[in-house]
This record gives sequence, C-alpha cells and structure tokens, in this order.
Amino acid sequence: MANENIRNFCIIAHIDHGKSTLADRILEKTYTVAQRDMEEQLLDNMDIERERGITIKARAVRLNYKAQDGNDYVFNLIDTPGHVDFNYEVSRSLAACEGAILVVDASQGIEAQTLANTYLAIEHDLEVLPVVNKIDLPSADPERVCEEIESVIGIPAMDAPRISAKAGINIEAVLEQIVKDVPPPSGDENKPLKALIFDSYYDAYKGVIIYVRIKEGTVKTGDTIKLMATGAEFTVVEAGYMDANNHINQGILSAGEVGYISASIKSIGDTQVGDTVTHADNPCDEALPGYRKVNPMVYSGIYPADGAKYEDLREALEKLQLNDASLAFEPETSIALGFGFRCGFLGLLHMEIIQERLEREYNLDLITTAPSVIYKVKLNSGETIYIDNPTNYPDPGTIAEAEEPIVKAEVLAPSDFVGNIMELSQERRGVFKDMKYLDESRVALHYELPLNEIVYDFFDALKSRTKGYASFDYEMIGYASSKLVKLDILLNGEIVDALSFIVHTDRAYSRGRKMVEKLKENIPRQLFEVPIQAAIGGKIIARETIKAMRKDVLAKCYGGDITRKKKLLEKQKEGKKRMRQLGTVNVPQEAFMSVLKLDE
Amino acid sequence: MKPIGIYIHVPFCAKKCPYCDFYSCSYNLKSAEKYTDAIIRDITNLPKDIYADTIYFGGGTPSLLPINMLNKILTALSYSCNIINPEVTLEVNPCTVTKEKLFHYINIGINRLSFGIQSVHDDELKLLGRIHTWKKAEEIIKSAQIIGFNNISCDVIIGLPKQNVYKIKTTLNKIAELSVQHISAYILKIEENTPFNTPDIINILPDDDHVSDLYLFMVKELQKLGYNQYEISNFSKIGFESRHNLKYWKCHDYIGLGPSAHSCFNGERFCISSDLNKYINSTEKIITDKSPYNDDEKIMLGLRLTEGININNFPNKKALLLKKAKLFQKLGLVNIENNFIKLTPEGFLVSNSIINEFI
Repeated sequence: MANENIRNFCIIAHIDHGKSTLADRILEKTYTVAQRDMEEQLLDNMDIERERGITIKARAVRLNYKAQDGNDYVFNLIDTPGHVDFNYEVSRSLAACEGAILVVDASQGIEAQTLANTYLAIEHDLEVLPVVNKIDLPSADPERVCEEIESVIGIPAMDAPRISAKAGINIEAVLEQIVKDVPPPSGDENKPLKALIFDSYYDAYKGVIIYVRIKEGTVKTGDTIKLMATGAEFTVVEAGYMDANNHINQGILSAGEVGYISASIKSIGDTQVGDTVTHADNPCDEALPGYRKVNPMVYSGIYPADGAKYEDLREALEKLQLNDASLAFEPETSIALGFGFRCGFLGLLHMEIIQERLEREYNLDLITTAPSVIYKVKLNSGETIYIDNPTNYPDPGTIAEAEEPIVKAEVLAPSDFVGNIMELSQERRGVFKDMKYLDESRVALHYELPLNEIVYDFFDALKSRTKGYASFDYEMIGYASSKLVKLDILLNGEIVDALSFIVHTDRAYSRGRKMVEKLKENIPRQLFEVPIQAAIGGKIIARETIKAMRKDVLAKCYGGDITRKKKLLEKQKEGKKRMRQLGTVNVPQEAFMSVLKLDE
Repeated sequence: MKPIGIYIHVPFCAKKCPYCDFYSCSYNLKSAEKYTDAIIRDITNLPKDIYADTIYFGGGTPSLLPINMLNKILTALSYSCNIINPEVTLEVNPCTVTKEKLFHYINIGINRLSFGIQSVHDDELKLLGRIHTWKKAEEIIKSAQIIGFNNISCDVIIGLPKQNVYKIKTTLNKIAELSVQHISAYILKIEENTPFNTPDIINILPDDDHVSDLYLFMVKELQKLGYNQYEISNFSKIGFESRHNLKYWKCHDYIGLGPSAHSCFNGERFCISSDLNKYINSTEKIITDKSPYNDDEKIMLGLRLTEGININNFPNKKALLLKKAKLFQKLGLVNIENNFIKLTPEGFLVSNSIINEFI
C-alpha cells in the first residue's frame, strides 16, 4: 500500500465534548458502518464507557475515504482514553499517529484534560487540527472558542471546521482536512521490523491481541516476533486490521500501517503498552523510545461483602487483569474485613472503574477501604520502606523521615470560582504556583498538592464548589518530606484496622472528627452504647457515641402475625449477616463506604 | 391433648381506621348472611373430636354482626365441637352496641368483651379516625358491667403524635376507674398499606426514644393501678389474662375461621385468603408453615410473656441461651431466675433484637 494515501490520527476531547459522537459520524460517512447498524457511540463498547461518556481503552479502526481530489485514502482512527489516569496509554496512542483532531465544545471552551492531551500531542510532533463542535447549541460561541484555542494553545484555529457531530453538520470538512493536513506516515517496509504496541486486550479464543503501529519493516503470518522489553517470542497467527466490528486478517502489515497481531499470547503481562515488536531472527537495532512500565499510584483494599465470595473476587480480578496489565493486586487480610485484596490503580478513575466493573460485570458486593498512596519511610536503621497500606505504617519511634508523593495539578474553571478553588486547595495543603487567564472569564490555576489529599475526595469537592464547572488534571512530580501520622479508629475500644489511614498532622484532627461523625450516622444503634474514637498512637483526638438502641419490638403478635413475624425476624437476621461483626458491634457495609467521602 | 382455641374473623367495619391493616370490608345484611353460612359450613366440616375452651370473635368489627347470626355460629360450634368451660370473647366498637344488644350477648354465651377504646382524649380519638367519644365508651362499659359482664378488656394505643406521659396517665387512670379486668396497650406501628403511612403522620410521630419512655411509664403506671403485665402489650388483674391469646404465645393449637383467619393445627400453619367473596365460595386453605412450634418459634413467642422461657426446654441451645442471657442481664434487658429467661420492660422494647440473638 502506498503510504502517501494513509492517514493515522486520533481525536482529543474533553468528556462530553463529543469525541465519540464525532467518531460515529466519521464511521458513518466513510461507510465503515451502515447507518442501520449504527449504535450510538460505537467505539466505546463497555457499558461503563457509554454511561460515563469516557473511553477507557484505546481501540483502532480502519476506514476508507474517497476524497474530493478523487483519490482513495485509508484512515486509521485511533481512539484514546481521555483521562489523566491513563496518561501513559494516551501518550502511546499518540505515538502511533501523525495527526490529532482537537474537538472543543463551542460553548464550553477548552478544559484541563484537553489541554494536557493537546500538549502531549504537540510534544509527539502531531499535526493538531482544531474542530469546534456543537455549533447548533444556542449558547455556542465558536468565534470566542477559536480565539481561546489560538491564545491558549498557540495554533491557528480561525479556519477550524465548525461542526455538529450530533446533527451531522460539516463532517466532510473534517475528513477533507485530515487528507490535507495530516502528514502521511514515513517508514521503510524493507528495514527490520519495528512496531509500537499501543494497546492490547485478551480474547478468549485467540489469546492476547496486540494493537500495533508498524514504524519500519513488515510483519507476516508465520513470522517469529520478539517483544523487546519483555524478551518474549511468539509466532504470528494473524496480522490485519479492524473494521468497526471485526478483525480482518490480511496476513501482513507494513510500515505506516496500524493494525493488530495475534500470536497465541497467553498473558497480557507479556504485551506491555509502549513495548517494541521486532523479528526474533532479524531484530531492529534499538527499541522505540518512551517505553516505561506503568506503576500503580493509588492503592485500596477490596473485600467481598460476603466473605464466602473471596474466591469469586479473585477470579474476577484475574479476569480483569487479562485486559488491564496496569491493575495490580495481592491478597491481604484485615481483622475487620477478613480476606480480600490490596489493589493498585493508576489513579482514582481507574480505581472507580475497576470497582464498578467488579460489581456490575461480576455481580460482587464489595467493601473498599479508603484509597492510599505510597509513602516512602526512612527508618532510623537507615532502611527505606514503601507503605501502601496504612495498617503497615511503622511505629513513629522508628521513623527518621517520612515522604509523600506530590503532584502538579492544573485546574481550569470560570474565574468566579477562583476563591473557592483556592480555599479548597489551601485546605488540602496545596502550594499555589501560578494563575493564568485563558480569556476574560476563564482561568487556569496551578498548584502542587500532596497526592494523598486528592486521592480522597478532591474531585468531588472541587465539582461541588464550582457547580461542576471546573476541570482538573494532575501529574506526579516526586516525593517530599512531610509530617505524617497514622490515625486509627476505635469502635467500642477496639481498633478497626480497615479504617486506619495516614494523614498530615495538621489535618488529623478535622479528618478524625469527620470520620467519627460519619460513622455515627452510618452505624445503627446496638443493644448497648458504642463509643467511636479517633486516635493517634494512644491519644484520643475525637469521640462520638452511638446511643443504645431503645426500641425494636413488634407490639402486636397474635395468630395471624406469627408467620409474618417469623419472616420479619429472618429478614432482620439476614440483614445482620450482611453486616461485619467487629468485636460485639455490627457494622453495615455502608459505614465503611461512607467514610470515603467526607467533604460535604 | 390440650383444648384448642377457635378464632372467628368478622371482616365487617362501619369505617376503616386509618392505622389498621387487618382485613375488613363494608357491612350489608346480605353479605353478613352469606358470611355466616360460610362460617357454619366450615364449622360443620371441622374434625369431629375437637376439644375447645376459647372462642374469640375478632375483626373487623364483630359487634356489627347481628345477634341471630352470632347465635347461629355459637350454636353450630356447640354441636360440632366439645366446648368445655369456654372463654367467649367478642371485640366491640363502643358505637355499634346498645344495652339491649349487650344483654343478648350475655344470653347467647359471650362472657368476655374487648372494647376498642384506644384513648380517653377525644383529639386522639379523632386523629385515630375512631367514631366514638370517651363519654360514649364510658357509658357503654358501665352498662355492660351492670348487665353482668365481669371480664372486660380495653385496647389502648400509645406513641401518638403530641402524646406525653400526662395524657397516657389520664387514659390509663380513667379506664382503671371503671375497674375493667384487662388492658391491651399497643405501641402505634405504621403499617405499609394504611392511610397513616404518609409523611404527614410519620413526621409528627414521637421518636423511638420518646416512645420507649412512654412505654416504660405505662408499664409502671399500670402496675400501680393493679394491672399485672403478662405479655409485651397485655396487662390484667390476676386471673384475667386472655386465655385465648395465651394460646398463641404458648404454642397451643388454634383454628381460625373467616377470611384472613390463621390456624395452627395438627402440625401445620395455614390461613384463609383475605377476600370475603372467595371465602364464601370456597374452602381453600393456604399452608404457610409445615413445621411450626420448633425451638426458634417457642423462643420467639415465649419471650413475649413475662414468665419467659425455661432453658431446660431447649437442651440443644441451653449453653448459648445462658451465655447470651448473661450478657443481656448486664445491660438490664433480661432477668435469669430459676432456669427461666425473662425480658424486662426495657428488654421487651428491643425484643426483636434480643430474640434474634437467641435463635
């Protein structure tokens, strides 16, 4: 295939700005999907993706387009995850493209995530093509948005196509612009094979399927390939591309093309995103730049609400891991919650998605512990340890210095909310860096924040304090020394290990206070009085008391009521079984969940 | 064989009370006649060798049923079963009876009346949707006593909006002044399919702590007035406990007739559907439980009584019962006396939770 006629591109957009709808329209216009088969937002095929309007895993589709110049073009549309948690995956997807369509909502303007991903695209030398979407909305102001794009990002935008993906307005202009402005891929198909893995997933029949961009050389069915970072070797079974629904095995992929390879790969761990594929017998001289192993940033304990479902939970996690190498987990035990797993995630959204998929797709009822980051603790002995579970936090007497991870955070919001955002960031120990006006009414604020302050409920708090208008993005910048303490919660005098957390000294009191208040609201009255205490070391810093239950009685019970009453008692007993018994106190699942969101 | 109890559900009501979820329908002579025929059909079909010593007309409003029909039913019972020294109770709405009617009741063999009084405060009666006033109720109870009824019970409801201890004290004292033998005092419970189940009512109800205080006050007050507590909601002068109702809690057999009536007989619990027309046209029974009177049920029902349960009757559970009971004793919810576990008034208030620990 002549590379001249290939265009590899992706779409960058903020949540709800219309990425998936535009992708749908492009698929339609290029007859990749017949209109009658159109299902809204075709590229996002996980339920959660559709509901949340976000794309979790990248996917790539090949389209054929006959341009106005009379030539036939092959488009490879690479769908990218939009969220900061998947930043690395985004960067690998971008590395597979030559161009990026930047979709901006004609009334909302640029958002933090869009900005971050656009910078990333520019970093990868992609041609960025701005597109202003939703022009059919009454509040649309495309001129202002184009000005914003020019002044904030610094790329020409006045000629950007004004479209409505939803109404199908002006989609052709986007396609023509792709032909005109996205450069064709370079690369020599006669050089040794060098291909970038930008995504992979597990197929029950074919094993792991990897999505690749061939940078140099050619790969064919029967070739022995080698993955350079892991060193694993496989024999190619299929090499081809995807249309909207199917894998089309063409037996060969050459430089410039985007497609898939299946090679009876059993473990997704062998196919790290960012790795380079080459031939085992004629390898390329060096791997593509930029590969790194993705490490979890946020940890949380996940326990089955019903202890008997432990094995089911393990199986579900194993299955999810087949498709998601960034999910880490290992067994752990809690006195309060029994057997469960300590799971590592790329970030908060990743955590939420995994929890939701476990509950929805595997029908599990879960109890999760407060998310924790990884603390670096230097001991007096000179040893440095990493703590991802507050329960394992060492005795303060043995600690020489404790460090916590710090992120650079960017918040974009209407300027009316600057005060609220500053207040919130201050509360969360943020260090103000700078503030820029994007236009008269919108600002970008930069803060350095401890990650442990944002893994908690920062985004919820930010949203509620900006009426949902703020967007937020963060990236790790390193570790900083910090005054940290372990805060324990005692129920009826006994420590509940699953509720312990690590917190900065200055925030310990207010967090402890809120925790005990929340628990009081969510633990039902028992037959006796139950004190709830927050403590650091042996020192109690906050206390609430759940009064003893006074009334739980069926006043009338005669002949007709006996069967009914028996059922009522059975139901109560069932309800009690679902509660966790901590010492003599019965604690419902909701109590554990309630402390995950303290900002109100 | 212990003699059984016979319950007859009379489904007719002049007006449905907004808190009541018992089955009832409106009264007319024609359906009353058909209903009576159906009851007599079922009495004729009873097993031949039944011994019974209590008969209880509950409702609904049994006092709406004409005397001749009540008489037919009692006569049929006396032919079909062996009735020995019976306690024959009729539930009465004060507005549906006259002196004359009361006189007939005593003549056809009714010897215990249970009046739905609920309160002596007319504002509370109005809220409860009752059609009588205290004055009317007082009059009719006095008439019943003059006519010769010497086993009278009154129903009282506590936990009403704006109720305080003084209001309850007045209610209890005024009823006690009449020297009735028995008082059933219930904590108001909002039932799902009743008009009371609306935010307008729920939001003005006293909270659980307040209701608990009212209940504990009531138990003491009744004790003071000479009424001995023998069940969570039942109080009487010595020897005037409801023999019929005790059968439910002591796990004795009983047979219920009429729509929505329940039975426990010959190792089965069964009931009749809550539909008068269906009842008139069929003798269908719905089995609800094939293994009644197991240990759990004996504990659940036995603990409703002040006499409590004898741990020796539960050899498999004895250790567990004692262990938990000792815990509850420390909390003042339970007393352990001579192998008996008994709930205190505070314990009665949380009896569901306690029972759940025992079973």
